[in-house]
Amino acid sequence: MTQFLEVVLRGLGSGSIYALLALGFVIIYKSTGVISFAQPAMMLTGATITSYVGPALGVMLFTGFSFFVSVAVAALLTAVLALVIERGAIRPMVGRPAFVVAIITIGIDIVVRVVTSGFIGLGARNIPNPWGLERVELAGLRVQERHLVSLATLALVVAVLFWFYRYTRHGLAMRAAAFDQEAALTQGVSVGSVFALSWAMAGALAAVAGSLLAISAGVDRQIWIVALVALPAIILGGLDSLEGAVVGGLAVGVVEALVGTYQRDYAPWLGDNFAVVSPYVLMLLVLLAKPYGIFGTPEVRRV
Amino acid sequence: MLSARNLEVVYDDVVLALRGVSIDVPEDGIVALLGSNGAGKTTLLRALTGLLDIHQGEVAKGRVTLDDQPIHRMSPERVVRHGVRQVLEGRRVFVELNVEENLKVGAHTARSRMADNLERVYALFPVLGDRRAATAGYLSGGEQQMLAIGRAMMSEPRYLLLDEPTLGLAPKMVENIRDVVLEINKGGTAVLLVEQNATMALSIAHHGYVMETGRVVLDKPAAALLNDDDVREFYLGLHPGEDGRKSFRDTKHYRRKKRWSA
Repeated sequence: MTQFLEVVLRGLGSGSIYALLALGFVIIYKSTGVISFAQPAMMLTGATITSYVGPALGVMLFTGFSFFVSVAVAALLTAVLALVIERGAIRPMVGRPAFVVAIITIGIDIVVRVVTSGFIGLGARNIPNPWGLERVELAGLRVQERHLVSLATLALVVAVLFWFYRYTRHGLAMRAAAFDQEAALTQGVSVGSVFALSWAMAGALAAVAGSLLAISAGVDRQIWIVALVALPAIILGGLDSLEGAVVGGLAVGVVEALVGTYQRDYAPWLGDNFAVVSPYVLMLLVLLAKPYGIFGTPEVRRV
Repeated sequence: MLSARNLEVVYDDVVLALRGVSIDVPEDGIVALLGSNGAGKTTLLRALTGLLDIHQGEVAKGRVTLDDQPIHRMSPERVVRHGVRQVLEGRRVFVELNVEENLKVGAHTARSRMADNLERVYALFPVLGDRRAATAGYLSGGEQQMLAIGRAMMSEPRYLLLDEPTLGLAPKMVENIRDVVLEINKGGTAVLLVEQNATMALSIAHHGYVMETGRVVLDKPAAALLNDDDVREFYLGLHPGEDGRKSFRDTKHYRRKKRWSA
């Protein structure tokens, strides 16, 4: 039982990183109707920036504090990068089929990743942080500190997003534009700035997720692949649902951790590393029961 | 004064939707714009509020001016900031947001005076006040139309352009909308009313235009339009003869042939 709970906690920890990434996908999808495949590159870039800013700060401050400061700086810079990309490559394509724009984002992803990889080099770049793989005892359970940090960060992000979408002028404008762009235009909402804002927010979230991911093993050229695990997370949560992204991300993390721990004992015939495909199996099962995902809205309709 | 002068609008570089339209909406007036389907009424509204662009349309000739300043090259959100607001045909409320959130989106450009404006709109439409937490998609058709108009009033527009506000509404609700338009006008907002319901529109308008195939074919004070034989026959369904019958040989036409031959 203790082991089971420890595994679940570990799953929630890595799941919250997936959830942060999934939120980025959903934010862009909701306001532009396009899945941005540039998110993996944003994550890689954000983590890389953190790995440069962190050491620069580390000398003067406590490592924990400098970690958060460097993540904030990286989130900001990545958001700016996302803004530039949106303005230069995405905005001119407004009104074109979503498919065309999605393909463009794949191109952007490759370009940005290649450029960023140049700054990473062949090995892994370390991100200074006080946690590493340290464990802490929590109500009899041994958990890695970094998982708790990830969970706390996710909770903070969710709270801020909730407040933003519900109570701020730009949050409401983004929700309105997601339903009906022309009607939003007649309200004086600039749909262009809604697009820009959603790209910036997604970029910042990806940077945070990438930095959290790199706590344990550092930043290398391959970590962008982790961002793809967010795809089953958003699809099983419902493409247009923020709470779905959070629940989906956490579910994927937990399932992956559970399968990784127990599959070898209970279903060895599935072979090694079945945990890697388990998110996709979970997605399939959920879609069989709920085609719009768990929280995806089919449509509000008057009867 | 909101004016269009010799406006020509082309969609997709090919389709000529407006062919030299000129209209004037005075600062305190109600102007009715009548015309059958496809006459170009909605296109004219789009040209006035900068919405042509997203429909692949553009102003090829002529201009739109607000107090003699050209506005036809402005983006929709800047037009709203200048006080010209359009209520789209078919209500188009944000169905998944609740009533109050819809109104708050309407106040996007006038956030500082939102509390006052909310109160004003709820006074104008008491039914919205009662249902402020209801999801907009579940309101009745008439309530949704009120929400759409109320949402537009949240930025205190100087000119309100209503595109078929009575479309698909019950007669009782049509009267309701009519009273609301009068009250909005009394509050100092000019109204351009695009309507199929000519009786209602002409009963409250000061001036009226009739459009056909991209042209203004009649341009008269509303009272004169109400007595115009062609308008009576084609838009009000009334016949001038003593027995209510009329020979088609006596029919006057204003370019009516154009429809079939052009």
